Amino acid sequence: MSMNMLLQRESLLSDSGSRWFLSLLAIATAAVFIGNVFIPEGSALHVDTYTVTLFGKYLCLALLALSVDVIWGYCGILSLGHGAFFALGGYGMGMYLMRQIGDRGVYGNPLLPDFMVFLDWQELPWFWHGFDQFWFAMIMVALIPGLLAFVFGWLAFRSRVTGVYLSIMTQALTYALLLSFFRNEMGFGGNNGLTDFKDILGFDLQADNTRISLFVISAAVLAFAYLLSRSIFLSKFGRVIISIRDAEARTRFLGYKTENYKVWLFVYSAILAAIAGALYVPQVGIINPGEFAPLNSIEVVVWVAVGGRGTLYGAILGAILVNFAKTRFTGIFPEAWLFALGGLFVFVTIFLPKGVVGFFSERKNKKQNNKAENVAEANS
Amino acid sequence: MIDVMHQENNKKIISFLLSLFFVFSILFFTSAAQSQQPDDVSFNEVASQLAGAKLKQVAAVVDQLTQFDDEQLLPLLKAMLEGKLYYEKKSKRLVFAEILEDKTINVDGVFDENSIENVKKNTLRKVKTNNRLRSSIRRSVAQITLFSGGIAVRKKAIKSMFDDLSKENVTLLNKLKETEKNKKVINLINTAIAIADLKSSDVSLRVQALKKLEGNLEPVVRNEVTKLLEKDSDGNYKEDALVVSTASKVLQSIEENVKFYGYLETLFFGLSLGSVLLLIAAGLAITFGVMGVINMAHGEMIMLGAYTTYVIQLLLPNNLALSILLAIPAAFIVSASVGILIERGVIQFLKGRPLETLLATFGISLILQQCVRSIFSPLNRQVASPEFMSGALEINPIFSITYNRLYILIFALVVFFLLQLILRKTSLGLNVRAVSQNRDMAKCMGIRTEWVDAMTFGLGSGIAGLAGVALSQITNVGPNLGQAYIIDSFMVVVFGGVGNLWGMLVGGFSLGVLNKFLEPQTGAVLANIIILVGIILFIQKRPRGLFPQKGRAAE
Repeated sequence: MSMNMLLQRESLLSDSGSRWFLSLLAIATAAVFIGNVFIPEGSALHVDTYTVTLFGKYLCLALLALSVDVIWGYCGILSLGHGAFFALGGYGMGMYLMRQIGDRGVYGNPLLPDFMVFLDWQELPWFWHGFDQFWFAMIMVALIPGLLAFVFGWLAFRSRVTGVYLSIMTQALTYALLLSFFRNEMGFGGNNGLTDFKDILGFDLQADNTRISLFVISAAVLAFAYLLSRSIFLSKFGRVIISIRDAEARTRFLGYKTENYKVWLFVYSAILAAIAGALYVPQVGIINPGEFAPLNSIEVVVWVAVGGRGTLYGAILGAILVNFAKTRFTGIFPEAWLFALGGLFVFVTIFLPKGVVGFFSERKNKKQNNKAENVAEANS
Repeated sequence: MIDVMHQENNKKIISFLLSLFFVFSILFFTSAAQSQQPDDVSFNEVASQLAGAKLKQVAAVVDQLTQFDDEQLLPLLKAMLEGKLYYEKKSKRLVFAEILEDKTINVDGVFDENSIENVKKNTLRKVKTNNRLRSSIRRSVAQITLFSGGIAVRKKAIKSMFDDLSKENVTLLNKLKETEKNKKVINLINTAIAIADLKSSDVSLRVQALKKLEGNLEPVVRNEVTKLLEKDSDGNYKEDALVVSTASKVLQSIEENVKFYGYLETLFFGLSLGSVLLLIAAGLAITFGVMGVINMAHGEMIMLGAYTTYVIQLLLPNNLALSILLAIPAAFIVSASVGILIERGVIQFLKGRPLETLLATFGISLILQQCVRSIFSPLNRQVASPEFMSGALEINPIFSITYNRLYILIFALVVFFLLQLILRKTSLGLNVRAVSQNRDMAKCMGIRTEWVDAMTFGLGSGIAGLAGVALSQITNVGPNLGQAYIIDSFMVVVFGGVGNLWGMLVGGFSLGVLNKFLEPQTGAVLANIIILVGIILFIQKRPRGLFPQKGRAAE
């Protein structure tokens, strides 16, 4: 089989995969939307707002998983710190939502959020300025994590830190942020984080309509991010990225500055994660330093591994599957969740190295090969 | 060596028991009324006057009592100090008793009698004391102990005199100085006398005394010297100019000394942290060096070691020293066998996929943590320290080294050198080094790399178990024990480089010391962050750490 054929088949296969995925996403979103808005309460088909928010959460986490797949699945960089970008994005959104509370806080201070009044601060720290404007907050949501990813990536990739070393460094990164955000002096609400949000762009966050809108927006952003990522990997840039994954030294010898490619992909991925965080926060209503915990970041990696990396939709599927299982498990049997999660790590890495998606596509391939062989035998 | 300490420890216990027995046995038999000493007033007679006496009378009686050279004097005075001396209302017998928290009365003994049975608890009255009386009693106790106690007791007695250096006390000290042989005690006496001289009316004597106190680290000295520098309301020094200038010089020298020992203390804390990091990172580095695998469950191996210590201590509650000695091999075996199990059960199937191995071992760490939570409860457990590890080695009044940290430092170094010995001198070590340099070539030479992998993993995990034993002595044992140190020890591995165990030694100690030196200036959290950032910058220059693995095979 020539290289050319391989490439072609890969793109064709995943194309059918993405058609499947996008139509599934559209149908599911529409079903939830209709079930929530048009079907009256009490009907078996009605989807209550709690479930809508839950699904919205899953979609945000799926976007986070997508961002990890972009660098792990396509470039072989295992980041154990993507939760950091997610949380930074979340904090960006959280700061906007905090400023929107205005004088409706417990202390009724029109300018300062409650926790600052509580800490006896006299004025708003400089980095909180501007966050009362939605557009500014959204720019920051992308800019700050992007900048962090750029600096970190530039430093790490330039000195050719790879493999496990890099993974450990990313974990250290999120750990450092975890520690610093726990500090009250940082000005992000310390241990408690940011919460008690009231409204976003003038819409009440508790209202059903806001909730369903956030859900639909999350679905749309996920679909958009998916298409964008796919187009990146079909472009020349993406091809170089994949070749870096498969043979970095060779790619470098061919004259590509691999570290530049890696840095930009890392930044892109970080921004995706940050956007996921920004969408996540208004739906769950809180952001605290716990999101920086190294465990969270590693969990994301497992979602991707479960779904199957290097396919994009596999990551999304994995995120939704695992989180659905988590919701179920922690509801019924909270003690067992860590056992199950730990077991999942081991099981997937040993028995499903390509994830659920890889497992099924391999079986499909085998069938086709068998068929082809049969045909060939019959012909001869 | 540890055995010897253990014996010494036993000796300490025995001597402690003996002295306890002694104290009780001197709670004598004959009562004052039945006393057969007609001529002179006996000690017991005087003592019995304490019962029912008014405060003024008590002071007089105590004065009289101190004239006696009686064995019962010390326990009696001490009981008064602690408010444990009572008397029965009717019989006026003196009773040693204390009122417990639940308001019940616990009778420890009767003065002059050996029976405590017929004490009527509800008629007990306290022998009256007040603050002034107590401080005079304290002084008397100090005087008595000055001449009779051991070195530690004498030192304590001298120190308790620092607040009150009256003429009598100074003469007392001078008297002691003539017979005293211990150098430290003599130094302490000199300090006390110099402090007393500071208050003399003679300026030259004051200056001389000040000069003697140069660099002295006793907190009292610092206070007294600072007092000399006080200013009155007009902003002028109260003291003579010469005294002031000497005093400020002396104060400066003291402050410099304090600073110096402060640095020493920080250094020690840093080395102590570094020794823990060394223990953890050494195991991590071996597995990484040989198999290219980061064992994310390494922290849980530490935890298992700590819990092994805990369990052994539960089984042997009466012999802490033995339990800790047993825990060392036990923790090694437990952690090592779990490690080998993990290698055989999971990691061997993930050959050549280091990132997946990282994930799988992380999964294992979650499972192990949850196991421990289910078995032992999620709460922290306390592991007691044996006597030889508690307490501190006091080098001077402001600098002391706690024994547990000192022993852990020594333990870490011993383990480190044993590990070096294993890697350098045994056939396993030879195999390990061969595989870590070039796995394929080693295989060609007939080395069973699979076996080496399992053994390496076991060795690394076992050392983590040893780290757990050490950690159990300085923190509480809980399911998250390993997590707290694991990221720092990853940093040690990254910083030191995996090729060489010396990298772990240098890396562990320098990160530990750096951390502790940054902490007072920046706070613990920021210190951690600065170090993380520093390491990220450091690997810009040396991506493979301080001591990279050399050779053609090492990419």
